[in-house]
Amino acid sequence: MINFIRAIGRRSLNVVHEAGAMMLFLLEGLGLAFTPPYRPRRVLQELDLIGVKSTLIILLTAAFTGMVLGLQGYYTLRKYGSESALGSAVALSLIREMGPVLTAIMVSARAGSAVTAEIGIMRITEQLDALDTMAVNPMQYVVMPKLVAGLIAVPLLTAVFDVVGILGGYLIGVVLLGVSSGSYFSGMVQSIVPLDINGGIVKSLVFGLTILLVACYKGYHTEHGAEGVSRATNQTVVLSAILVLAWDYVLTSFFM
Amino acid sequence: MIKIIDLVKSFNGQRVLDGINLEIPTAQITVVIGKSGVGKSVLLKHIVGLLKPDSGQVLVDGQDITLFSGRKLQEFRKRFAVLFQGGALFDSLNVFENIAFPLREKTRLPEAEIQRRVYERLDQMNLTHDVALKYPAELSGGMKKRVALARAMIQEPEIILYDEPVTGLDPPMTNTVFHLIAKTHQESGYTALVVSHDIPDVFQISDKVAMLHRGKIIAQGTPEEIQHHPDPVVQSFIRGEVDFLED
Repeated sequence: MINFIRAIGRRSLNVVHEAGAMMLFLLEGLGLAFTPPYRPRRVLQELDLIGVKSTLIILLTAAFTGMVLGLQGYYTLRKYGSESALGSAVALSLIREMGPVLTAIMVSARAGSAVTAEIGIMRITEQLDALDTMAVNPMQYVVMPKLVAGLIAVPLLTAVFDVVGILGGYLIGVVLLGVSSGSYFSGMVQSIVPLDINGGIVKSLVFGLTILLVACYKGYHTEHGAEGVSRATNQTVVLSAILVLAWDYVLTSFFM
Repeated sequence: MIKIIDLVKSFNGQRVLDGINLEIPTAQITVVIGKSGVGKSVLLKHIVGLLKPDSGQVLVDGQDITLFSGRKLQEFRKRFAVLFQGGALFDSLNVFENIAFPLREKTRLPEAEIQRRVYERLDQMNLTHDVALKYPAELSGGMKKRVALARAMIQEPEIILYDEPVTGLDPPMTNTVFHLIAKTHQESGYTALVVSHDIPDVFQISDKVAMLHRGKIIAQGTPEEIQHHPDPVVQSFIRGEVDFLED
């Protein structure tokens, strides 16, 4: 019994220790964005890898999400004779919740795992040590551009998600199921307030930073060869998803 | 000169370096030998500040680098180049970009001059220019080592550390790499530390040899002195005796 309690205590301390280490890692990484060299070319390269190359998966996810929302929303609202509110329902769901959360989870699965694997392999093949010995700060060369790219890419991808999702809902609701096009968009305009959009942007910024922080941290601290890289990649996806959902609750409670 | 004084380092309670004392003379090639896993690479990483000891000192021209950190450590590292065991070439860059990397990071040389220096180093390493566009994953083990050596040499360092430079290479390529180390040393006169277990091949390039065993330097001297050293542990290692390897 005592050993069980001791194990829980030790696990809890490890979690707190790692949370603290991650915060310090984040502060160092972001702080280096304000220290020369600023590495704009590296940031652009990472924007391409994290942002541009995630566009297709975001488009597909957004389209199908919007279509499902349109379908489900139509049949639910029809029970109350409120099909005209479909535009509001789809847009609010996407802008407030599904856009930021699903974008973050898809980017984490695609780009986050790739980032962890890339940095993890650099760690185990001593490429990070090689940078250090050439007097190039590996945090500034490898990590900082990814953090900055995440802060830029994820909100932009979220915006794309929202727009495509709304169009997906339009395709199903208006084109296929006959909801009035005017009521679809006018309902949206009337019900969405700046707080909804600001909330979505803040969420996407926090999620983007969280995903890239976890991905970079896990990769940077990889140990034990290929198995370690595999474990770190798995942990990145799982931990990113959990933290995104936890942050979603916290941020939603602030904006409600 | 590099002086290591009473260096101690443990990992997870296991003592790897147990009071290392070693002098690495300037402009000479010093080789540290010992069986696999004895801590030779750990020792090398202390010299360039990649690891901090539990106790002891690493003096480089009288300065204790174990006390350096941040910008001071970065400045100090400009005097060094390291050839890592696997080459540590950057996967996302091709051969040309790998070799040019230190010049692009640390100098403001025009692109034409960078190109000239990179191809000069490729020639020095007996690599054809078409290799420049290949990526590390497309290179053989020997080619990777030569590209890594070219990247190290292009920095024109005062001190080069070689971590198992010929591990995994066939005998002809082993001789090629050792020949290149000797040739570049003769041309540039840098101070070199080579950690290796590839004996007796490594003796051909050594000015001084030290043997690491159970965390301590148990013998040091010229290659001839080491080969005739009275310590039975040294003799067993040099002869590659099985009961020594199982010790």
